[in-house]
Amino acid sequence: MSDLNPPGLSVLELEFLARKLRFRTIRTSYLSGTPHLGSCLSCLDLLIYLYWNALRINPNNPGFENRDRFILSKGHAAPALFQVLAERGFFAVSDLERYGENGTLFGEHPPAPHHLPGIEAATGSLGHGLSIGLGMALAARITGKDYRVYAVLSDGECNEGSVWESAMLAASLEVGNLTVAIDYNKWQATGRSNDILALAPLADKWRAFGWCVSEIDGHNYMQIQSALTNTLSDKRPKVIVANTIKGRGISFMEDDNNWHYRIPNSEEVNKAASELGIPEAEICIAGRVSAKHD
Amino acid sequence: MRNAFAEEITLLARDDPRIVLLSGDIGNRLFDNLRARSPKQFINCGVAEANMMGVAAGMGLSGLRPIVYTITPFTTTRCLEQIRVDVAYHMAPVLIVGTGSGLSYASLGPTHHSLEDFAIFRAIPNLQILAPWDASCLRVLLRQVLEGGKPAYMRIGKKGESELTLQSDVPPIGDGLILRPGNDICILATGTIACEAIAAADILANQGIQAEVALTHSIKPCPVKLFDGILSRHQIIFTLEEHSQIGGFGESLLGYCAERGINRKIKTLGTGDVFMPVIGSQGYARAFFRIDGTNVAENIIKTISQC
Repeated sequence: MSDLNPPGLSVLELEFLARKLRFRTIRTSYLSGTPHLGSCLSCLDLLIYLYWNALRINPNNPGFENRDRFILSKGHAAPALFQVLAERGFFAVSDLERYGENGTLFGEHPPAPHHLPGIEAATGSLGHGLSIGLGMALAARITGKDYRVYAVLSDGECNEGSVWESAMLAASLEVGNLTVAIDYNKWQATGRSNDILALAPLADKWRAFGWCVSEIDGHNYMQIQSALTNTLSDKRPKVIVANTIKGRGISFMEDDNNWHYRIPNSEEVNKAASELGIPEAEICIAGRVSAKHD
Repeated sequence: MRNAFAEEITLLARDDPRIVLLSGDIGNRLFDNLRARSPKQFINCGVAEANMMGVAAGMGLSGLRPIVYTITPFTTTRCLEQIRVDVAYHMAPVLIVGTGSGLSYASLGPTHHSLEDFAIFRAIPNLQILAPWDASCLRVLLRQVLEGGKPAYMRIGKKGESELTLQSDVPPIGDGLILRPGNDICILATGTIACEAIAAADILANQGIQAEVALTHSIKPCPVKLFDGILSRHQIIFTLEEHSQIGGFGESLLGYCAERGINRKIKTLGTGDVFMPVIGSQGYARAFFRIDGTNVAENIIKTISQC
């Protein structure tokens, strides 16, 4: 079991990692023309905390039966997940150099698990990941295993009725080994999530559905840790309503919904690198052409 | 048929702890034995089929053999995307069972008919499509699907279907059988409407026409060996299914022949391009769509006379 324990990084180490992966995600968006940077940056801190400080997984044996499962239900943040998985050792960081090229696995959404070890579910159509995760969590109970299942959903994704179908069944069956984090950045593709479908009060909705609810700053590792650990003994399924900022970490992207689809130009990549404190030598964008999408 | 399903699943679940039955809040009392014997192996997922299908996929990806069970439209078109993405794309070993298929619930109106499922599922990769003709066939297929560990959709009837074959006669998935030999024409039927093919063959026999009756439970994978045999013996072939003619099983035989340049007189008998405007029994509905034994026999006689 010990090889499954997460590395357990300090807050400083997590923050260093976050700057590095933020930059890689932005650089890859520029090089490959892959969108959804805002969505990637808003959930990246949740992903980093989970992958380095919570999930019992083994990158050398990704299919180990009693591993914890993580599902990125908001599949459009796959560019961030791919960077996390590579850095965590599921595949080589250099594999991502061909990101977005014809015939590769790395695109806008996670492929099926049998195509890419480390992925637990092919998401991208919203409202699927929680149901699949619930099935995995129930399977642990049925087969007498003690793994946990984690899923990250977007707030826009909570538009989908299937999310609330899952929420009701998970509560009814007291599926305590299921933890959901909502990346509550208050935006969806075309506008404010609360304007498009009345989402607020989001935490109260989950409470009313019978879940154990925590509300945190989704960029604060100490708060993420508390939300994950303080509720472990609660029998109910857990949801962390993580207040986040779309485009977090880059001044000119933060809370600007244009970055749902926009691809940065080279100047913007350099500016982001400078804000994140990325050394010149690691930027490596000279000579490459951006913008498949414009 | 649904009683046979419940009995067989209860038996299989006793020996295979991977089996979990997910019900969409139907089957009142049908699964009492299963629930009493192995409560962990039955979950009522409520009237929430999209979630139920995703849950099944998650279970299938975690070593279980989930079976999703509810009335056919709700376990097919209601949650089609979950079937396509969560089950088929992931190759999750989920068995999707639709009960009361075709026109079994004719009296409940078109909301409860299922006449499009073959057409829709034929285009989805990785998904086996099965239509047992009777309870014995259903029992054999259940075991085959669970052993195979691949995604499958099985459309079953309701109750009172006549028994046409012994379990030992049921062929493997992807094959079929000749139930009754006959040299003049062939009726190739799939699913519970096979009994109408037999009724038609009886009427034809009285008129001196010897009809071969061939059955298959496999819409996908295509019963190629059965097709080849029929095409080697017959110039005139009728397919019969309780499903729309559009995109149905009959079209897979037409496509098979077209691809190979095989020229035969083939008529695909199924339901028309219309929602049934009135209610009635299953027999009434089959007659309405002219796919009952009498209408099938009349159609065949007329076709032969024109050849």
